[in-house]
Amino acid sequence: MSSHDPLLVLDQLSKWFYPRKFLGEDRKAEPIKAVNEVSFDVAPGEIFGLVGESGCGKSTLCRCIMQLLRPTSGRILLEGRDLSLLSRDEVRTERLNFQMVFQDPHASLNPRMTVSSTLSEAIRTRHPESGGDELRDRIEALLKRVGLDPSWMRKYPHEFSGGQRQRIAIARSLAPEPKLILADEPVSALDVSIQSQILNLLKELRSDLGVTMLFISHDLSVVRYMADRLAVMERGRIVETGDSEEIFRNPQHAYTQKLLAAIPRVGRTG
Amino acid sequence: MSAPILQVENLGVSFHTRHGEVRAVDGISFDLEPGQKIGIVGESGSGKSVSCMSLLGLIPKPPGRIESGTARFDGQDLLQLSEKQLRTIRGKRIGMIFQDPMTSLNPWMKVSSQIMEPLIVHEGMGKKEAAKRAITALEEVGINDAEARMKSYPHEFSGGMRQRVMIAMTLITRPEILIADEPTTALDVTVQKQVLDLLEERQRDLGSAIILISHDLAVVSTFCDEVNVMYAGRIVERAPARAIFENPAHAYTEALLRSIPANHARDEVLYTIPGSPPDLRGGVEGCAYAPRCEREGTAEHSTTRPAFVEVGPGPDHWAEGCPRCTPTSVLP
Repeated sequence: MSSHDPLLVLDQLSKWFYPRKFLGEDRKAEPIKAVNEVSFDVAPGEIFGLVGESGCGKSTLCRCIMQLLRPTSGRILLEGRDLSLLSRDEVRTERLNFQMVFQDPHASLNPRMTVSSTLSEAIRTRHPESGGDELRDRIEALLKRVGLDPSWMRKYPHEFSGGQRQRIAIARSLAPEPKLILADEPVSALDVSIQSQILNLLKELRSDLGVTMLFISHDLSVVRYMADRLAVMERGRIVETGDSEEIFRNPQHAYTQKLLAAIPRVGRTG
Repeated sequence: MSAPILQVENLGVSFHTRHGEVRAVDGISFDLEPGQKIGIVGESGSGKSVSCMSLLGLIPKPPGRIESGTARFDGQDLLQLSEKQLRTIRGKRIGMIFQDPMTSLNPWMKVSSQIMEPLIVHEGMGKKEAAKRAITALEEVGINDAEARMKSYPHEFSGGMRQRVMIAMTLITRPEILIADEPTTALDVTVQKQVLDLLEERQRDLGSAIILISHDLAVVSTFCDEVNVMYAGRIVERAPARAIFENPAHAYTEALLRSIPANHARDEVLYTIPGSPPDLRGGVEGCAYAPRCEREGTAEHSTTRPAFVEVGPGPDHWAEGCPRCTPTSVLP
């Protein structure tokens, strides 16, 4: 880990869901503890992996970090500032610092917007005054950055392949110059050969732009390759955290061992 | 070696689109022996699903069209059968499991009636007896309290449980062949393992042969005896599961293996295949992988369709014999 202060700190973060009752929640009932006292920190420029199966609370955790859900207890610190103390307006600007890349690029891009309008919308969230040639230059730079031909900016999402669409989604997440990218299963829907292109691109962005990333996946072997450190989540709790190579080689917790044993392996390396 | 129960020869399927004839499956051949587990791997659009669907008459015609080939199953050619004849085979002697159990189960029907249906339709069984068989079938796939769960609707099951229901339903008629099209792609890794283990166990009990279609090389390699790698509608390599990973002959297979993150250290850059799959409109002449091949060598790529030849070093290892894509050292 670097000696810098961590970019993001989760401190005993919990999100409990109570059953609904008439006007509000039934606070006396037993809650579903979707996220339960989760603590970890992410250093600037780090790729932090989060592994767990469906229903373990990964997405709820993401939505808490994105300030889309208010945590039940605990704190989320971005560069030392507690996000839960912010007002609604401040949250809206703060949210620009977090951008998400979703699993399915077919569903996450607006099919009726061209690539350039998708990207200019994202750029204007950070630079509202941007326009004309300057905006075009920014869009071109973004497209080049993710390995797409800038001349394609007038095209619609359906004109692209799955891998290219995921590149557009990544370009969009970079547009507001975020401090942290939350990549939620960004390659699970892609073919092997395209998966490797996207993983390479994400790693490149980290080394070239110093992007910090929370990389979420159910696939331990992908997370092991991508992340510096990782946390394994089971039923709302972090059961194991540490250096990803180390966890992969020497898993301590029974659940991590079970996850590792379940991965089908290819017969050889190289 | 026993006589194959399914012999597919030179199967070709094309689709008529606005932009021309698309050659989705370009003359593939394979044999399936009783109790054998073969895998078909390939990327989206490589024709792996279409080839299996066409065997069961499940591709829409038009726009689809069987261009060529035969598929011998128990003395009949599946491709020549009428819809009525096919219906006696499909779901009875050849079963199929699809990727997403939520869309392949009917959300309006209780699980009980869906599992009983093949028995009532194909075996003319009475309702009571069918219900009994259905409960046993559910128990066999590891669903607790099967009698009560029979009355549930598909949405009341989790993804893994739903896939178990699908397996129970498909295997209830004891099919000779089971075609599983990406059966675990929508599932978590631990559930995937459970489902694959279950499939293997049921397959051993019933002696069915399985064709497993998947984009995941790792799944196919752990589950199957024999692996077929498809590219651009053709089988480019076929080998026993171990051999294909230890000695990939074709450049495409090798490239696929090199792009899997599990095989790389963290600071290594993953291999990526340059370019994109060929446009299948009008079919491809010569070696389909030629524009993307980065294999060292001076030999020219085949300009005619490369023959499917046996290569070394192990037995039963076949590959498309393009002089550039498949190293000459292993070519006969």
